[in-house]
Amino acid sequence: MNSVAVKDLGKTYSDGTQALKTVDFEVKSGEGVVLLGHNGSGKSTLFKCITGFEQPSAGSIHVNGQLIDISDKPSLKETRKDIGMVFQHFNLIENVSVFQNVLFGALGRVGFFAKTLAPFASDALRKQAMECLDRVGLSHLAKQRADKISGGQKQRVAIARMLMQEPKVVLADEPIASLDPKAGLEVMDLLWEIVRERNLTVICVLHQMDVALKYGERIIGLKNGDVVIDQKNSQLAACDLDWLYETTAEKDEGGSENGDQ
Amino acid sequence: MATNNMYLKNMPKRLKKPSLFSIIGWIIFLALFVQGLYSTNITPDRLWTGLINMMTFLARAFPPDASRLSFITTAMFSTFQMALVGTAFGTLISLPVALLASANTSPSPVLAGFVRSLVSVIRTIPDLIWALIFVISVGLGPLAGILTITVDSVGFCARFFSERIEELDAGPIQALEATGSSKVGVIIGSIIPMGFPSFVATSLYALEKAIRSAVVLGLVGAGGIGVELSTAMTLRRFDEALMIMILILVFVIATEKVSTRIRKQVI
Repeated sequence: MNSVAVKDLGKTYSDGTQALKTVDFEVKSGEGVVLLGHNGSGKSTLFKCITGFEQPSAGSIHVNGQLIDISDKPSLKETRKDIGMVFQHFNLIENVSVFQNVLFGALGRVGFFAKTLAPFASDALRKQAMECLDRVGLSHLAKQRADKISGGQKQRVAIARMLMQEPKVVLADEPIASLDPKAGLEVMDLLWEIVRERNLTVICVLHQMDVALKYGERIIGLKNGDVVIDQKNSQLAACDLDWLYETTAEKDEGGSENGDQ
Repeated sequence: MATNNMYLKNMPKRLKKPSLFSIIGWIIFLALFVQGLYSTNITPDRLWTGLINMMTFLARAFPPDASRLSFITTAMFSTFQMALVGTAFGTLISLPVALLASANTSPSPVLAGFVRSLVSVIRTIPDLIWALIFVISVGLGPLAGILTITVDSVGFCARFFSERIEELDAGPIQALEATGSSKVGVIIGSIIPMGFPSFVATSLYALEKAIRSAVVLGLVGAGGIGVELSTAMTLRRFDEALMIMILILVFVIATEKVSTRIRKQVI
């Protein structure tokens, strides 16, 4: 049961900001969902709650049937092993090799940290890391330091690291926002190919509506902390999504500097 | 654009009115400064006499006496080893201490605060006082010097390591946490490699500082070249003292050059 079930989720920060009101949706096993919403609509908070980096104020989240509960650290760690993350800013360890970065993807499932260090990793794990790099087309850069490669390549390495984790659910938080359009589409093609060939459940935050409609089988739109769109891709056109972002301009004129929540 | 130059009323003034706090601060500083000048009795006459004495010392020190060069070099090498071993131990101890002192890695804020205070106390006590304590504890010789440098390096390195750890980009750390890794795994996988260039640079500064300290520590019986320098000055063998000073200078500059190269390589 590889699914994400978000039930009546609410999150109010200690400063009183209500980032999520009553978010309710379920993503079924193998489903590819794109999450849309303007800055401050609650997308990042939602991801933080799903990965257990924020404690919801109300409601619950289940990933593969497991309740996400920050207070239960051992259970949270176990659940996190099934959730692969791809980040906007790649979040690689810049001053180590590409190969080592991919090996670190296995930190959670291997257990003992030393087993993921390049000099001490088993032959099987080293081979798997090279397979993951080969899958994203970067095996030739294995020895290169991560800070010496391009943004598109860094995101591919991050995808390889996610593969190394062997997750069942993938959360991609604006994976192409830091890339040029061409590199962005290449990364999206690769990411979607991989999640489809492995039948992974994926929730991907995007801002580009054309890209969202190209890849998402289902679109969920968040606005001011609430789900306002939840439809199959086939039932939507780009113009249906325009109004999701209309408030962004109004908000910007109002001088919002809080960024995404 | 606002009419009638109304926008000019928002122009910042050239000088800000000083706060009461800064006025009090300046008064205290000036009072201490004047009192310091007065109590040290700085007079042109005393400065002139001092200059003449220095010239006399230099005249008697030249040419430097190289007859005991081999013995002095051995003592200098012993000082370097003392600094190296002390700094190595200090650096190794500093890393776990810094992890406990950093807000983002410590198991609890209370423990972090306690360890930070402890490091501050260690840093506040001058190395000469540590040397006197260790000379009394373990006797005269290099062991007292090594222990002094170890403790002094912990005070220096743990603070800078901890500051660096707290400044690290949270993204890569969170990326490894998100894999379900243990805390130790996250530290080894992200915090240590990301902080490594800074840790190496700080450790090398600590080594340079330790070499200078180690020379002075010899004066209070902690072994090494300091003992030789102290003896030469007491016996007024200024030519030998100058030779020792030149050797110290060469060692310190060489160490700085090598550590600068290493820093560039690592960063």
